[in-house]
Amino acid sequence: MLDKDGIAKRIAQELQDGWYVNLGIGIPTLVANYIPKGISVEFQSENGLLGMGPFPTEEEVDADLINAGKQTVTTLPGASIFDSSTSFAMIRGQHVQLTVLGAMEVADDGDIANWKIPGKMVKGMGGAMDLVASAENIIVAMMHTNRAGKSKLLRECTLPITGIKCVKKVVTNLAVLDITPEGFRLVERAPSISVEDIKNATEGRLVVEGDIPEMKI
Amino acid sequence: MINKVVANAQEAIQGIEDNMTLMLGGFGLCGIPENCISALVEANITGLTCISNNAGVDDFGLGLLLRKKQIKKMISSYVGENAEFEHQMLSGDLEVDLIPQGSLAERCRAGGAGIPAFFTPAGYGTEIAEGKEVRVFNGKPHILESALTANYAIVKAWKGDRAGNLIYKGTAMNFNPPMAMAGKITIAEVEELVEPGALDPNFIHTPGIFVQRIFRGEIFEKRIEQRTITK
Repeated sequence: MLDKDGIAKRIAQELQDGWYVNLGIGIPTLVANYIPKGISVEFQSENGLLGMGPFPTEEEVDADLINAGKQTVTTLPGASIFDSSTSFAMIRGQHVQLTVLGAMEVADDGDIANWKIPGKMVKGMGGAMDLVASAENIIVAMMHTNRAGKSKLLRECTLPITGIKCVKKVVTNLAVLDITPEGFRLVERAPSISVEDIKNATEGRLVVEGDIPEMKI
Repeated sequence: MINKVVANAQEAIQGIEDNMTLMLGGFGLCGIPENCISALVEANITGLTCISNNAGVDDFGLGLLLRKKQIKKMISSYVGENAEFEHQMLSGDLEVDLIPQGSLAERCRAGGAGIPAFFTPAGYGTEIAEGKEVRVFNGKPHILESALTANYAIVKAWKGDRAGNLIYKGTAMNFNPPMAMAGKITIAEVEELVEPGALDPNFIHTPGIFVQRIFRGEIFEKRIEQRTITK
């Protein structure tokens, strides 16, 4: 089974040279730590920054330079800064090649829910609805089950949805799955996890064809 | 050159009355008009509708106005850092309109640019699309979103001149430029107020035509929400 860093490492293998990438809050943020050697990507932060660098040192901390998670960050050489409407022009206009975000639930047709729990959590959608409605390539990074042990990979989302039929791939602590018209297609197993484990933890339609390889992390 | 300088935040907010609609720039606590928010708290103006990406934290930013129940309605995309906000919303004391962040930014920009509405894919098929016109472009459904304007837009910039030209710094830019365009009256508070000619016209972010009042803010605390450090 993978931990959060393991999920991020596996997603980092999907990165391609020259891509602009938007990372959501939580596990997706960790992806920046595992960029494969020989590959150059630029991270877009939707509050208005391209070319986001690592967290600053004590001396570098600048209250005027944060990421979308409101964390202090730095800029890399070649970075640029712009306003919020330009930022979402990049996103809506499909200039960003990959979006990685977390989710509370994903349905086997690619629907995603990650912004609201009625009566409990009312934080808002932030940029998630714009991102999922426009991005061509969306990978969800999340745990396979919730704290109560229930599957987060469902036939249909039970929570208010953020976007419809938009997720292309899900990477969890147990597996890599592609979204296909037939449902979640199992691509890889996490180390020491069996196909049976994944079946038991997946409520949505699961397609298992042939031998399923273990992830190489 | 038209001189737009006012003495301070108190003078800048003259004319803001109960039940008006305000836009306030900022993302989290980054790039918020701290000085005008303090002046609004002192002035005890109530029943405000505030258009702002976030709602501050309990004891800073718009949280200060919320604490005194001066805000009737918030139009925002993310309000997760404010317990008082959540309390007032769940008890029904505060009206809240949550909208996708990109749609919020574009609705402000459109309001300032004279575009009454636009179609966007964001939110199609979700509860925020309820009651909105849907049209298909290039095979993909979009929803109609209307422009936003405000009686007053209040923005924060790094440098400005007496003609109202503004330059922002870092990600403190965020919502400030589109909101500066969308206020019937736009107030800019700046860290450095300079003479016309001191700012290079090639590097102006917000042209002075969008700004009616400008002043140098007295205090910029610039509180950091998540101080993350590389060791």
